[in-house]
Amino acid sequence: MSKQLNIFVENKPGRIDSIAESLCKSNIDIRAFAIQDRGDYGLLKLIVDKPEQAYLALADLGCACALKDILAISIPDKPGNFHKLTSALAQNNVNVADAYGFVLQPHKTGVCCIELERQQLAMAEKIATEAGFSILGDEELYNM
Amino acid sequence: MEVPFWNKEIETLDRARLRGIQTERLKQIISWALKTPLYNKRLNQAGIHSENDIKDIEDLTRLAFTTKDDLRKNFPRGLLAVDMKDIIRVHSSSGTTGIPTVIYFTGDDIENWTDLLARSIVATGATSEDIFQNMMTYGLFTGGLGLHYGAERVGMMVIPIGGGNTKRQIQVMKDFQTTTLHITPSYMLHIHSKLEQEGVSLSDLSLRKGFLGAEPHSENTRLKIEELLNIHAYNSYGLSELNGPGVAFECVYRKDMHVWEDGYIVEIIDPVTGELKEEGEQGEVVLTNLIRRGTPILRYRTRDLAFLHPEGCECGRTHRRLSRILGRTDDMLIINGVNVFPSQIEEKIMKIPEVATNYQIYVDKKGQLDRLTVRVEIYPKLFLGDVSNLEALRVKIKEELKSSIVINPVVELHEPGSLPVSEGKAKRVLDERPKD
Repeated sequence: MSKQLNIFVENKPGRIDSIAESLCKSNIDIRAFAIQDRGDYGLLKLIVDKPEQAYLALADLGCACALKDILAISIPDKPGNFHKLTSALAQNNVNVADAYGFVLQPHKTGVCCIELERQQLAMAEKIATEAGFSILGDEELYNM
Repeated sequence: MEVPFWNKEIETLDRARLRGIQTERLKQIISWALKTPLYNKRLNQAGIHSENDIKDIEDLTRLAFTTKDDLRKNFPRGLLAVDMKDIIRVHSSSGTTGIPTVIYFTGDDIENWTDLLARSIVATGATSEDIFQNMMTYGLFTGGLGLHYGAERVGMMVIPIGGGNTKRQIQVMKDFQTTTLHITPSYMLHIHSKLEQEGVSLSDLSLRKGFLGAEPHSENTRLKIEELLNIHAYNSYGLSELNGPGVAFECVYRKDMHVWEDGYIVEIIDPVTGELKEEGEQGEVVLTNLIRRGTPILRYRTRDLAFLHPEGCECGRTHRRLSRILGRTDDMLIINGVNVFPSQIEEKIMKIPEVATNYQIYVDKKGQLDRLTVRVEIYPKLFLGDVSNLEALRVKIKEELKSSIVINPVVELHEPGSLPVSEGKAKRVLDERPKD
């Protein structure tokens, strides 16, 4: 299963910077990121080339961080494809609370990253595959 | 259990005769206090013009309380009651908030204080055969020199090592086979954590007793120390305004501290109204020193919260027992009319495993109302990476606190290591409400 790094950060200037600095020093390549804001704090979510190494670097820094399983679905970058994915998930009653997406190759490929409970994750993987989407493997995602 | 005494007659004197001694000594102290401008004025206002106006210690309750501020205002010599040539020592408390306080001792004063400390040490079962490592700071602070003199009086071998230098402390414990320590509870725990690193095991040492002083601590901390170091730990109470250690000490039963009532008058008052509390009721400890001429101090508000046990002790001493210090009156916050002690908040949040050891209490105004914010650091090892878990933690903290302090606080979650670390007198409480 692909790993995403979730980091607890207080909502104030300079916090993300200190994390970025630490990752830079550890020579970690960031592939994608998103921020989930909760007012006084937020979660910084990262896809990186070496998740375990990044986790250890941040834990050494004293950060509260965790490695989470995610599903990274490859979507052809054409109108209607996102809808095709969402309707497949909806028909199977899968609720997506945490997700983000980005374009990997303009007009060719996009990626949708979904965070779900472990059980639901396997189900979502099956649904997406059956709907004709391919799932990015660990190395594909980390090295895209 | 064998109960050793230093002065059995005084320590087991019946209450009526003890009160007689207190009254006699109070009269003497009043005659000295009248020589200082502050007490001359206040005693006169209370209708006490000479020691002969005192018939019983109860007459003292007519006198206004003495506060730390009174002592500061009379710095450096305003409360000196004897000629400077009769003074042989001075102790002073640090001026963390500005002006320090100062206490002068005559030769007799030191003698009396030393005697109470010898009594305290013997009450724990320590004897002249013990090797005593005095790990409190020597100098203007009363903790080091006070116990030093008392231990010498008992005939223990005193190691006057003072505070700090953990490596050397452990080496000295081993070299001299120390049996008895005088130490703060937090330093005791620190020493324990370093034993392994120094390659020393408990079996290399001969530790049997620890006198824990200078910091309020909970019964759980005592039990932890006793278990980790395989010693008996005795609570000690005193403050420099009242001489220092030796105001109250635990006996062999270790069930709270006997106040040496031939040396001190102890009262428990309501910190808000100043009214006397019944025995067994919690309130602020007020002390009168009966054995010091150099600087007489009457009805001193210690700002420490505790209660007196109404019942006697199995050891047979008639001097009443004071509970652990349960808080400080100057810590108390009044939030929307409700009294809240930071210790109540600490007790609740320290029980929650997902919370790290650091926290901060912040009070401000939101419109007309007071607002209490409790800031906690999350414990990284139990972080699961989910907002839902974090929000559940926030709700849990809120509910725990609400059930204990009746107020619904704002709970903020902070990164590990981001709140100011506790160092001695930690600034854990920030009250930013505008002062009237």
